Amino acid sequence: MAQLSSTLLYIAFILYLIGTFFFGGAIRDKKEKPSTNRWSMLGIVITIVGFVSQLGYFITRWIAAGHAPVSNLFEFTTFFGMMLVGAFIIIYFIYKISVLGLFTLPVALLVIAYASMFPREITPLIPALQSDWLHIHVTTAAAGEAILAVSFAAGLIYLIRVVDQSKPSKRTFWLEVIMFCLITTLGFVAVSTAFSLADYEAKFTWVDKNKQQAEVVYDMPALVGPHKGTLEKESADRFEPLVHMPAIINAKKLNTVIWSLIGGTVLYLLLRLVLRKRIAAALQPLVKHVNLDLTDEISYRAVAIGFPVFTLGALIFAMIWAQIAWTRFWGWDPKEVWALITWLFYAAFLHLRLSRGWHGEKSAWLAVIGFAIIMFNLVAVNLVIAGLHSYAGS
Amino acid sequence: MEQVKCECGHVNPHGTVFCESCGKPLEEDTSKKLLDMRYEGSARRSQTYNKTIIDKIWNFFSSVKVGVWLIVITLVASAIGTIFPQEMYIPPNVSPAEYYKDQYGWAGKLYYELGFNNLYGSWWYMLLIASIGVSLVICSLDRVIPLYRALQKQGVTRHPTFLQRQRLFSASQVADENRVFSQMKERLIKRRYHVREENGNILAEKGRFSRWGPYVNHIGLIIFLIGAMLRFVPGMYVDKVLWIREGETKEIPGTGGKYFLKNEKFIFEVYEKGKDNEVFNAAIDRVGNGTVAKTYQTNVVLYKRVGPIVPGEEPKLKKVKEYNIRVNEPLKYDHYALYQVDFKMNEPNKMAFNLIDKATNQSFGTVTVDLHNPQSSYNLGNGYRVELLSYFPDFYFDDDGNPATKSKIPNNPAFVFKMITPDKPKGEVSFVAIRQTIEPFGNNKYKMAFAGLDTRNVSGLTVRRDFTLWILGIGGVIFMIGLIQGMYWNHRRIWLQRVNGEVWLAAHTNKNWFGLKNEMKHIIEGTGLAMPIDQAEVEKKAAQGGDRNGATK
Repeated sequence: MAQLSSTLLYIAFILYLIGTFFFGGAIRDKKEKPSTNRWSMLGIVITIVGFVSQLGYFITRWIAAGHAPVSNLFEFTTFFGMMLVGAFIIIYFIYKISVLGLFTLPVALLVIAYASMFPREITPLIPALQSDWLHIHVTTAAAGEAILAVSFAAGLIYLIRVVDQSKPSKRTFWLEVIMFCLITTLGFVAVSTAFSLADYEAKFTWVDKNKQQAEVVYDMPALVGPHKGTLEKESADRFEPLVHMPAIINAKKLNTVIWSLIGGTVLYLLLRLVLRKRIAAALQPLVKHVNLDLTDEISYRAVAIGFPVFTLGALIFAMIWAQIAWTRFWGWDPKEVWALITWLFYAAFLHLRLSRGWHGEKSAWLAVIGFAIIMFNLVAVNLVIAGLHSYAGS
Repeated sequence: MEQVKCECGHVNPHGTVFCESCGKPLEEDTSKKLLDMRYEGSARRSQTYNKTIIDKIWNFFSSVKVGVWLIVITLVASAIGTIFPQEMYIPPNVSPAEYYKDQYGWAGKLYYELGFNNLYGSWWYMLLIASIGVSLVICSLDRVIPLYRALQKQGVTRHPTFLQRQRLFSASQVADENRVFSQMKERLIKRRYHVREENGNILAEKGRFSRWGPYVNHIGLIIFLIGAMLRFVPGMYVDKVLWIREGETKEIPGTGGKYFLKNEKFIFEVYEKGKDNEVFNAAIDRVGNGTVAKTYQTNVVLYKRVGPIVPGEEPKLKKVKEYNIRVNEPLKYDHYALYQVDFKMNEPNKMAFNLIDKATNQSFGTVTVDLHNPQSSYNLGNGYRVELLSYFPDFYFDDDGNPATKSKIPNNPAFVFKMITPDKPKGEVSFVAIRQTIEPFGNNKYKMAFAGLDTRNVSGLTVRRDFTLWILGIGGVIFMIGLIQGMYWNHRRIWLQRVNGEVWLAAHTNKNWFGLKNEMKHIIEGTGLAMPIDQAEVEKKAAQGGDRNGATK
C-alpha cells in the first residue's frame, strides 16, 4: 500500500509536468481561442488525471498509516501542492484561461519537489497529534493557503505582462528577484538530489551552545562547519569546512541554504546566458494575449475565496484544537503568530483593494508578498524558528 | 442639521454626494466620467464634520488608511516577536536577562532590553490591538448607517446622468419597448433578481445582504476582542498546575476545595519496532527505536466533596467518575478541564535499608522510609532501633559545605540515621545519601546498607476553567458568517429605463464584474438591447493611448 502510494505521487508529478507543456502549447496555438483549443482541453484533462492520482496517493497513504498524511513536513507540503492544483482546477473552470495553468502548475511542481527533499517515511503520531483535528485543521489551512497561492500565480502573470522590460527599473529588479527565488527552489532540489544520489555523508563532532559535545551528519559538503566542528574518523576524507560558525547558528541548515543559493545562482546565470535577457522579459511573450482586467480579477477572486477558508482552517480550527491539545487556544507560538501575520496581511490587502482602490499592479505586488509570507511560514518557521509546531519539520 | 433637496423632491442629509433617491450628483464634479459608487455616495459623518475634538478623533479612526496602518504595524510587531523565543518559552529556572544574552549574544541582550521578550503582553502591543478594535467600531458605524439609509431610500427612476456615469452602460433603440421590458423583467426574476417597477422603469437587485458582510464580520471581531479582554476579569479564568503521584488523592487547585482527584496510574508508551504498524519502521529507525512517544495517559478518579469544609478535618468524598486523561482527551466536568501536560517517571517513593554489621554483614532488620512522610524512629526489635535525625529530600551541599535540600521533592534523598543497638546503646550516627556514606564521628561498627528503592510516576496536569470561551466562539462564528456573506456573494443592480425614446441599461456590482458581465450577456441575449460597455476599461485604454507593450487584444 505504501509502495502504491509513492508510485501514484510519482505519476501525478509527471502528469503535472506534461500538463504544463500542454498549457504552454495552448498559448502558442494561434488558430483558435486559447481558452477552448485542443491543447488546453488536453492540458486540463491531464491535470485532472494527475490530481486524481495524487488524491490516490493521499488516500492510500492514509490507509497505510492509519492517520491523515499531513503529519510531517513532506506530507504537509505535498498536500499543499495538491490543494494548489485543486484550486487551479476550480478557478480554471470559472475563468477558462490556460496561461494560469502555465504558471500555477510549475509552482505546484516546485512545491512537491521541494517536499520530496525531506524525510518521506510514514511517521507515527506523537500524542499531541493524535486527534481528528489533525486532518480537519491541517487540510483546511492548506486549502486556504493554496487558494491564496493561485492569487500569487495570477498576480505574477499580471506583473510579467505589465512591467515594462524595455529599460531596467525597480519593478524589473523586483520581478527578477521573484524569478530568482523560484529558480533557487529548483536549485535546492537539484543540489539535494545530486548529493543524495552520490550518497554524500560527512560526520562532525562539534560543541553546541550549551558547551556540550554533539554529533551532526551533513549530507552536503560543508562549506560552513559547525562550531568547533571536526570531521570524524570515518569521514576523514570528506570536504573540510571553509569557515566555522558560532554555536548559536545552525550550521548544517545554513550550509544547505548556501548550497541552494549557489545552485540557484548557477541556474539563473545559465538561463540569462541562454536567453540573453531578463527571465521575466523572456516570459513576457507567453502572456501577451492575457486580458489584464480579468487576470486582476482572478487574483482578487482567489483572495476573496481563499481568505475565509484560511481563516477557518488556520485560525479558528487551529484555536479549537489548541484548546483541546495544548490547554489554551492561543499561545503566541511562532507558527500561530505567522498564521496571524498572514491573516492580517490579507485583511490589509482586502481593505486596500475595497476601500482605497488598490487594483491592478499594486494588488498584484501585494499578492506576491502574501505568497512570500505563506512560504515563510511553511519553510522558515518550520526550519529556522523552532516552536511547538517544529515537529512538523524533519 | 442642514439638508439638501434634490430636484426630484427627495431630501438628502448634508454631505450626500449624489441624491439617495434618483442618483443625481449634488456636488457637481465633472472631472471624472464615472460616479464613485462606494457607500452609495452617502453622507458619512467623517467626511462631513471636522470641527470638535470628537470629530477629529472620529475622523482619525474612521479612516481605512489609518486602519490599514494599524494592521501593518501590528503585523510587523508580531513578526519581531518571533525572532527569538518569548519569555514563556524559555526554561523557567533561569534569569531572562542572562538567558537572552547567553543564547543570542548582543542581539539577544538588545531584544531583552527593548522588552521584546514579552512583546505580546506589552502595553504598546495591547494598545495596538485596542486601537484596531476602536477603528473597527468607528469605521463600521461611520459607513453602515448612511449606507443602510442610502440603500433603503434608493428610487427606481434614476436621473439620466446617474445611469450614464455607471461603469456598465448602454443605450439602445428597440422596436417594441414594452415587449423588451416584459421580457427583461421575466428573465431578471428567473435569475433571482428582486425587481421593482415605477413609471415603467425597472430596478433589479440581488444579493444586497452581502453589503452587510463586512459589518457583520467586524461585529464578530469586536465580540472576540471583548471575550479576550474578559480573561482579565477575576473568576472568569482559572489556570493551575497539579502534580499528582500515583496513588495520591489531591484537592484540585482552583476549584475552591470542591473537587479532588486520585491518580490511579500514569502510563507512558513509546513506539516500538515489531509492536506497532510496520510502515513506521523506517521512521522509527531514523530517529531511534523507543524515542517516539506514543501515549501519555493518567488514569484518574474524580471526587466531589460532600458536606461543608471543616478545617483540619479529612474531607468526605463522593466518587464522580473515572477517566483516562490523555493528550487531546482532557477530563471535563462542571466547566473545569484537566489536561495531560507533563510527567515525571520513577520518582523515588520509598527507600529500604538493612541495618548490618560491617564486619560480618549480618542483617538485623530492614527499615523502609516513606520519602514523602518519613517516621522519626523505626524499631527493629531485640533492642535494635534506627532513628532518623535529619532528612534531605533533594540533597546538595550548600555554600558553607553543609547538607541542605533544594526542594521537598525526593529527587536525591539523603538521611542522617542514628543506629541504636544492644552493644552501642548511645547509638552511632551515619550520613547516608545515594552511593555515599559518611561517618561524621569516626569508624562505626554498623551501617545502613541500601536494600531497595520503590518508585512512582508523577503526572503533571493543567487545570482550566474558562468562561470566556463561549463568547470567543460566538465572535468567531459571527465573524465567519460575515466573511462568507461578504465574500461569497455580491450585490448586483441593473437599471432599465426609457430615456428620450431610447432604452438605457446600466449595471453595477460591488465586486466580480466579470460575473456580472457574463450574466448581462445572457440576460439581454435576443432582446435587441446593446451589451453594456465597460466604461472603466474604455477609459483606461484611452488614458494609456493603446497598449504600452505593443500587444493588442
